[in-house]
Order: sequence, then structure tokens, then C-alpha cells
Amino acid sequence: MILLLQYTLIFASVLILVALGGCISEHSGVINLGLEGIMVIGALGGALAMKYMSPEVSALSMILVTVISAVASGMLYSALLAVACINFKADQTIVGTALNMLGVAAATVIVKAINTAENPDNVSSEISYIAEKKAFLVNIGGFEFNWFMLIALIALVAVAVMLYKTRFGLRLMACGEHPQAAASVGINVIKMRWAGVLLSGALGGLGGIVYITAGVSQWKFENGVAGFGFLALAVMIFGQWKPKHIAWAGLLFGLFRALSNVYSGFPVLAQMNIPSGVYNMMPYIISLLVLALTSKRSRAPKAEGIPYEKGMR
Amino acid sequence: MKKKNILKSNALQSLLSSLICVILGMLIGYIVLLFINPDGAWKAITDVIKNFFFWPAGPMRAKYFGTTLVKAAPLAMCSMSILFAYKVGLFNIGVAGQYVAGAGAAIYGALAWNCGWLTCLILAIAAGAVFGAISGALKAYCNVNEVISGIMLNWIGLYSVNMLLTKVKEPSSPYTNNITSFNTKAILPNMGLDKLFGDNQYVTIAIPLAIIFAVAISIILNKTRFGYELKATGNNKNAAKYCGMKEKRNIIITLVIGGGLAGMGAGLLYLTGIEQWSCSQSSVPSMGFNGIAAAFLGCLDPLGSLLSSFFIQHITNGGGYVDKTMYCSQISDLISSIIIYLCGFVMFFKVFMNSRIAKSEERKAAKAKAAENALPVSENTDGGDKK
Repeated sequence: MILLLQYTLIFASVLILVALGGCISEHSGVINLGLEGIMVIGALGGALAMKYMSPEVSALSMILVTVISAVASGMLYSALLAVACINFKADQTIVGTALNMLGVAAATVIVKAINTAENPDNVSSEISYIAEKKAFLVNIGGFEFNWFMLIALIALVAVAVMLYKTRFGLRLMACGEHPQAAASVGINVIKMRWAGVLLSGALGGLGGIVYITAGVSQWKFENGVAGFGFLALAVMIFGQWKPKHIAWAGLLFGLFRALSNVYSGFPVLAQMNIPSGVYNMMPYIISLLVLALTSKRSRAPKAEGIPYEKGMR
Repeated sequence: MKKKNILKSNALQSLLSSLICVILGMLIGYIVLLFINPDGAWKAITDVIKNFFFWPAGPMRAKYFGTTLVKAAPLAMCSMSILFAYKVGLFNIGVAGQYVAGAGAAIYGALAWNCGWLTCLILAIAAGAVFGAISGALKAYCNVNEVISGIMLNWIGLYSVNMLLTKVKEPSSPYTNNITSFNTKAILPNMGLDKLFGDNQYVTIAIPLAIIFAVAISIILNKTRFGYELKATGNNKNAAKYCGMKEKRNIIITLVIGGGLAGMGAGLLYLTGIEQWSCSQSSVPSMGFNGIAAAFLGCLDPLGSLLSSFFIQHITNGGGYVDKTMYCSQISDLISSIIIYLCGFVMFFKVFMNSRIAKSEERKAAKAKAAENALPVSENTDGGDKK
């Protein structure tokens, strides 16, 4: 039971972080379908930071350096989306898809190059961080508390306050609802959208490193992040683009994802003898059902997906 | 008659922008190789571009040319699935899942039910179409974005096909039984094509079938009322509705056709026996996603996508020839994903080109006007002379 709670919380942290990223970006008017790729690159940044730091450094500096590295690589990568979609008015769906493919391909090439340079016989795309990962864990009576859970909670509160209580957040949302109206009162729409995409890159990158450290101690970058970026988008839609609802949606989806990791620990579930594939499919099936039920009355930002044209009415 | 500026032609602009994407993509790939290891970078990038030209002229080269074609045919089907839906305003990213469903149906039909190749192919088409129909119905009736539902179906498809095909796998490996030895009826017929490609047994009627379908899709989209209705629905759903078109039905039909094409693509690959399905694979096969690259690189034209599919498969296979002690074969995945990213800029490129042409024409017109202003004087003098 404790194990289920632990996995639910950690997977929910991933989904909430990435969904908040998608939420900020969409509120600024840019659909960020590249979150999956951003997660991979963020995970790569974090994993490389862990790889090159000695496991002896203090837990605090380990956490700080890994987080900063993941956030920075996510932001840098999301700039590719921002340049194409905001400045060059490219199709946001194509560019997002391209970033997803590019993320996995680039991460695989980079990791394989590093591995092969270290040892010519090692052609795998795997990075392992068993010792380094311990910095993130605190054991409280059988429950492995992960600092990332706290970070996700802080991010959740921060994003909610930012969007609804600060001048910046309200202006950002105006750019996603009616950019021309926002521009008419002196808001720089281009700058605001850049900010939205970069913030989503930061949160996406952070989500990536949390995901690959969630259940395992090494990661094969060929596999990407198994559609988690898109699950996060489903969480965001289910959460109706509102941070508070996103948190609940994230917990629900996290629970189903966690079940596939720990179902064998429950005698009832193990006895039913359902193949593991069914549990693996569960989050995706649930999200399809949930989307089918909730998408009719969508509260999506009005101007999302439409490149900003100053002269358009 | 004023001579039309040749650069204004849409087809030429599309071709030019695709070429620029390819060249830039290659260049960036080369730079990445230089970073990894500058010594072998030039050889590696030429290996990728050469692919089967690596072999000396003769049967070996023909054989590997055949292998590239065998894999290009399903890729072309996937890219047609994407472009068909895209013309109707839908981004069918579920093509990967429809492809997986098709593969599952074709292999299961061949191994568990001992069906012939035609039945297996039809099963594959049907399975893909069902997956497309789910996406389409969700889009039409529940307003679910087809991109999100497509991705979810990709994973659902992968896990269910893995479970299904575990029943017909080899006992000691994660791979499914080899169709070539278990059920030769299910292998697509060669019709003598294998002789053309150095006795490559995998070259089958799949390749001409893909070409026939490309022509058919092109005709349906451009020359029939059905295609026109679909495109009208894509341009403006509400306008199509007011004109009496059934917009919901059109959305579903589009994705059913798209799914069928992708499923058939999978059938065309797995029913040649060139590959066995690995029941333990944990990521969706890249064929569907590469189809997106091929569709946009082919400028969303069925015949263009035949060429671009061949090109993408050419460099993907070429990736297998790079020196493995220095680089990995994924370098070609990197190049093709950079190419799609660049395809996003195509619109901008065309606008830029048109504005340049317009500017130069304006300048010409201004010059002509200036000349005209000077002209009346001479005309007058001419007239004066005649008087």
C-alpha cells in the first residue's frame, strides 16, 4: 500500500509538472505538442549532470545542479519551438511532432557517442545513476520520500499564484485569449508567448528528469519517455487548463500508472492473473475515456494554436 | 502576353523548399558528426547518402536497392495516410498505432488462422481502419483532439498487439514465428519482380501496389466530388455543413481511409517476411512517425510522397552503413527529424520568396512607368514628324 502511494505521488509529480508546463504555454497561445521531446532532453540534461558529479557531493548540491541542468536544457530545447512557431509562424503541430522525434534521436545519438567514447564496446544508449539517485530520497518509515514531490507541490502553488494573482500571469493569459486586444493595451505578445514557451520548457525538462528517476536507476534513451508528455497533455485538458484541477487529474492518472508498477504486490490483483500489458495500457485507456467525456465543454484558451498576426481582427 | 515568372509556380517553389530542407538537414547532421568524431565524419555522411551504392554495381547493389524499396513501400502508405487526413484538416498522428494494428492483424491472420495473403492484407486494412474510426468518432462526436487520441491509441495498439502476438511467437525468443517457413500462402506473390532485384525474395507486388495507391489517392483528392467534399470539410467545417455536406461523416471516413492505408502499409511489410514482430518491444515502431516526415517533405502530394518516402528510407538504411565504432545508425533518424522541423518553415520560405518576387516586379513596374512617362514626349515628336 505504501509502495502504491509512493509511486502514485511520484508519477503524479511528473504529470503535474509537465501538465503545468503545457498549461502555461497554451495560456500564452502556443500549443506545445513538443513536451514529450522536451521531457527527453530535460531528462538527458539531468542525467548527464548526475553522471559527471561524484556521488560524494552533498545531497543539496546534487539536487540543485541536477534540477538546474534539467531545467536549462528543457528551456534551451523549447526555444526551438518558440523560434519556429512565434517568430516564423510555423504550424505548431508539425513543429511539436518534429521536436518529439528530434528529442529522442538527438538524445540517443548524444548518449551513444558518450558511451562509445568512454568504451568502444559499449554501444548502448543507457545512463545509470544508482548512487547519485540516493540524494533525492529520504526514507520515512518505509515510505521513500522524493524531494521532487515537494518541488512539484511548490511548482503547482507558484504557477497558480503566478497565473491568477500577478500582472505577468494575467497578461500572459490575455495573449492566449485575444492577442490583438492584449497588444492594443501595450502588451508585447511576442515576448509574452516566448515567456510562456520557455516556462513550459523549464517545467517539461524538470518533469523529464523526475520521470526517469521515478522507478528505475538507469535509463535507455532510445525509448524516449513512453508517451508521458502526451499523457500530461491529457491531464491538462482533463484539468480544464486550471492548476487546481490539473493537480487532481494528475493524481488520478498517476494512480493508474503506479498500478502497472506495483499490481503484483496486491494479492487480489495478482490472483486475477491479468497480463501486465493490460496494466500498461490502463493510463492511456482511462485518458481516452476521460477525454471523450470532458472535451465537449472545453475551456481551452481561445487563441491557442493561431500564430499572432498584428493586423488580424 | 506577359511572361509568367517561373519562380512563382507553386510546384517549383515546393520542390525548392523541400530541397533546401534536405540540404540543411544533411548539413546539420554532418556538423553533429563532426562534433562526435571529426575523423570519420565525411565518410559517415557519404555512407548515409550512398546506402546501397556502397556495393559495386551488379546483383548485390540491385539486391540492396530492392531491400530499400521493400521498406519504402509501407513508408509511402503511411505518409499517404498522413497527407490524406491533412488535406481534410486532420493531423493523423495515430498513423503509428494504425500501422501497429495492421501488423498485428496481418501476422495473426497468417500464423494463427493460416489465411492466404489477400485475406491477411484485408485483415490488416480492416484493423487499421477500426483504429482510425475510433479516433474519427471521438473527434466528430466528442470533440477530442485527434492528435491526443491518436497518441493514446498508439500505445494501446502497441500493448494489445504485443499481447496478441505472444500467442504465435517462437518459444525461445521474443519474435513471432517466421511467416516464410510457417505459412507460405501468406507471403505476397513476387510476380517475377525478385528477378529484377538480384533474386531478392522480399521484393513483391507490394511496391507496384504502393504506386497504384498513390495514383488512386491523387485522383480521389483532385478529380472527384468525394475528394472535393472532404477538402471542403477540412477548409471550413461549418461552411461545409451549411452546404449540406455531412461534416461528421466526412471526418470519420477520412480517418477510416487514413487508418486503412496505414494498416495496409504494415501488411505490405510484414507479409513479405522481411521482418518478424518482436513481442517485447517497448516503443511504437518508427515507421508511422517517419511517414509524417515523408508526407511533409513530399509537399503533401501523393506522388511527391513516393519520392520522399524513398529518400527517407534511403538515408535510414544508409545509417546502417556508418562505422559503428565511431557513430550510431540513429544519425539518420536525427537527420530526418531535423528535416521535418525545417519543413515547418516551408510556409515562411514560400511567403518570403513570393514577397521577393513581388518586390522585384514592383520595381520593374515602377521602371516601366518611368519609361512610360518619358515615352509620351517621344510619341509626340513621332506624331509631329508624321504630320
